[in-house]
Amino acid sequence: MPAILAFFAVIIAWEALTRIFGVQSFILPKPSEIMTSFFETSSTIWGVGLNTLIEAASGFLLGTTLAVATSLAAARWVGFREGMLPMAIALNATPIAALAPIFNNWFGLTNPFSKIGVVAVVIYFPVMINTTRGLLEVDPAELELMRSVAAPPSIVMRRVQIPNALPYFFASMKVATALSLIAAIIAEYFGGPQDVLGQYIVNRAQLFQFPDAWAAILVASLIGMAFYALILVAERMFMPWHVSLRSIE
Amino acid sequence: MTALVVEARGVGKTFGSGPEQTQALHGIDMQIAPGDFISLIGPSGCGKSTLLRLIGDLASPSVGELTVNGKTPGQARLDRNYGIVFQSATLLDWRTVEKNVELPLEIMGFESEARAVKAQEMLSLVQLDRFAGHYPWQLSGGMQQRVAIARALAFNPSLLLMDEPFGALDEMTRELMQQEVLRLWQETGTTVVFVTHSIPEAVFLSTRVLVMSPRPGTISDEIPIDLAVRRDEDTREDSRYFALITEVREALRRGERGTKT
Repeated sequence: MPAILAFFAVIIAWEALTRIFGVQSFILPKPSEIMTSFFETSSTIWGVGLNTLIEAASGFLLGTTLAVATSLAAARWVGFREGMLPMAIALNATPIAALAPIFNNWFGLTNPFSKIGVVAVVIYFPVMINTTRGLLEVDPAELELMRSVAAPPSIVMRRVQIPNALPYFFASMKVATALSLIAAIIAEYFGGPQDVLGQYIVNRAQLFQFPDAWAAILVASLIGMAFYALILVAERMFMPWHVSLRSIE
Repeated sequence: MTALVVEARGVGKTFGSGPEQTQALHGIDMQIAPGDFISLIGPSGCGKSTLLRLIGDLASPSVGELTVNGKTPGQARLDRNYGIVFQSATLLDWRTVEKNVELPLEIMGFESEARAVKAQEMLSLVQLDRFAGHYPWQLSGGMQQRVAIARALAFNPSLLLMDEPFGALDEMTRELMQQEVLRLWQETGTTVVFVTHSIPEAVFLSTRVLVMSPRPGTISDEIPIDLAVRRDEDTREDSRYFALITEVREALRRGERGTKT
């Protein structure tokens, strides 16, 4: 409830201030202008939004799958872990979205994979690093307990390490939802098909149709929230036991 | 003569190497017979937990000979001869109480029905059958520790190792838990090795108390506890109980002095 009130307070202040100071709409449009544009262009912006979501979600799935596979291997084999992890952490510090023009060059401007690939690479590192930590940062007493009953490594992985990693995994997935949309839109800025959010925003801005551009940004933001909410639901399903989700009884 | 459950001859444990080297245990000899309830007591740093870990194959002795049920500790572990209870209950957060108790049975490949039956039986033994479907965080510390004990006993191990299991509990809960452990020990007939730094706890529970002294850790005294097998609240007011507490306390002080001279 306080969140909803705060939201409307900000919108009203925004509307009032842009009116009082006569801010030009190419600098910051009034919320009422953005809403008008949002409804007038709704079929277009939701269409381009859907295309961008498809890229982001495909990249998200691909990146997450690869990340989880790497994490499982890293948790299982020490040699693999010691060889790979330092490099992965170094790469994680690189702004990978900057690879977008190179991906366009590799896969072709119109090939959807040049966008999906960027998203996948951007998602890959945070998910992989966090999931690996979750698989490894297990209470030593739990490992000794498993050792005392002579549990084989595969059982320790299934029964202890993977459940232990779930909170880490979901935390990184939540970050990844926003990252995947950012990566997709940035990749679109570098060219390619026109019927996507990134290109639509660039085009409307060049035509000084700023309320349209802002309406498209609103769509991106709504899609991002829906994506995030989806992960929250999945989290509740898979780990109702976790401290963050405990209901008071 | 019955076969010994634990036999140690000249067991020592050294950690590290070079100038960093510390000798945690030295010249440990001991014999534990089936059905014994042995407490290891001593000041912190005397190596009592280390000794328990050697018996349970969570660490290996540097020198000496150690057998469990006539086998190496490693073999005994593979044969699932141990039930272990740590100071913290170490229940898995994502499993219900019942599923936590079932865990060792699951690892041993029991069918799910047999597991459920056994878990129910163990939970009624520790009087927690009503909490089978709860998650660990919904239980108090004492209840969690009872689940840990039920889990450790679920597969009828021949040796129950307990490392300061009640160290984190308040005094009242602690005394109730001691009663509980005695009852379980009598009902299951398992052998227990119990690490504690509480003198009354060691006397109340044990058939024999092994007093340890530090630097390097050795067994400095051995005190048979000749209280009646049935022990209850009245035992805690028995004059023999107090005499034995004094005896253990003096043995601890002797051990402490011994290392200073």
